[in-house]
Amino acid sequence: MLDINPGLIIWTIVTFLILMFLLTKLAWKPLLSALEKREEHIRSSIDRAEKAARDAEHQAAENKKHIANAEVKASKLLKEGHELGEKLKAEIVEKAHHHARHMVESAKLEIEREKEAALLKLRSEVADLAIIAAKKIIGETLDVEKHRKVVDSYLDELPKN
Amino acid sequence: MSSIIDTIKTSSHTISGITDTVAAHTEHKENIFVELLHHTQDSPYLEVPFGHINLPHFPPVNIFGIEIDFSITKHVFFLWVSAIIVLFIAVAAARKNTKSKIPKGIGNFIEVFVVFIRDEIVIPNMGKEGVRYMPYLLTTFFFILIMNLTGLVPYGSTSTSNVSVTAALAIIAFVMIQSSAIRQQGIGHYLAHLTGGVHWILWPIMIPIEVLGLFTKPFALCIRLFANMTGGHIVIVSLIGLIFIFKTIWVAPIPIAFAVGINILELFVALLQAYIFTMLTSLFMGLGMQVSSSKENSH
Repeated sequence: MLDINPGLIIWTIVTFLILMFLLTKLAWKPLLSALEKREEHIRSSIDRAEKAARDAEHQAAENKKHIANAEVKASKLLKEGHELGEKLKAEIVEKAHHHARHMVESAKLEIEREKEAALLKLRSEVADLAIIAAKKIIGETLDVEKHRKVVDSYLDELPKN
Repeated sequence: MSSIIDTIKTSSHTISGITDTVAAHTEHKENIFVELLHHTQDSPYLEVPFGHINLPHFPPVNIFGIEIDFSITKHVFFLWVSAIIVLFIAVAAARKNTKSKIPKGIGNFIEVFVVFIRDEIVIPNMGKEGVRYMPYLLTTFFFILIMNLTGLVPYGSTSTSNVSVTAALAIIAFVMIQSSAIRQQGIGHYLAHLTGGVHWILWPIMIPIEVLGLFTKPFALCIRLFANMTGGHIVIVSLIGLIFIFKTIWVAPIPIAFAVGINILELFVALLQAYIFTMLTSLFMGLGMQVSSSKENSH
């Protein structure tokens, strides 16, 4: 049973070497390279996925920050707007008041002036009427100019209004 | 010896053949196991249903005074059958895996072994440089595995249950172990390692021990594989032989149940021995390759 058969040893070695040569060429090299390629592919895919996840997380954090900023800004703007509105309102009201006062005042002045003009006119009318009346009463004795002066001084003595 | 050979030639070695043998030798029972053992041995013909086919026989060639018989025997035939099966499977797997990115079927199946051998055997034992020797170790694994399995097929025979075949595999392993060590360390370091790093006075003792050590490892590989593959077959044949020893068919279910059990165990042993041979070869190669680095570290 333990007889060594040199022929069989040589056949085995020859078979093994031919098999190893053929397998290395046709099977192991392509298999191993395909395996390595696939492993490399998987590794890079995982790396990329991890990077994408990290980026997404980063992006999400940034977005959150942006949103928070925007909220702060919006509330600030709102407040500012509100304040500005209040201020404008106050200004407008103030202006309107001012305008109104001004108008009232100018109206008063106008009235005053009108009144004065009316008084003046009235006074001259009254003087003229008085002169005419006096002329009629006392004839043409009195010089118009002289009479006017007399009437005027009389009228001046009269209380105003 | 010649009478035994005659018996082998005259008796068919299938189960029916064993019946004939047993019937012819009922007068001396001690011969039954001798006959059974021959069933596991090499023969110059193939067993087929209803008889056998003679294989080509060549006259011995005399090379350097050694008679070498290059006849095609049963084990040479199954050696080639196994080689063709391995080639077919591995090439089919490679074709499939290079074609598509996702391995399926046979490609996936073979790749499981390839990845296992690379990640669990080669890289832990030999480091990254070991990947260079992957084709050798893969061929060893698959070739031994298929050779172990062919014996479990009816009318098949296990080439690895022949000590010459395992010796040849061990010779190749020896060459690979030494050449990988020389390649890694350089011839100087390799030879220096043989002195074991002791004082020169001890060299006459140390060098023979170290040289002997080089040969014991592949020798153990050879005997381990041979004994394991032969042992299982002998157990199966012996169990079946019990039927003929008891000379009654009623005892048959028990030995057959045991033989089925042993056969299943054999399937596992076939895989295990292929793994062990590959793993140990890789380990020995790794030891030779890493000696230099550990030495450099310690100095």
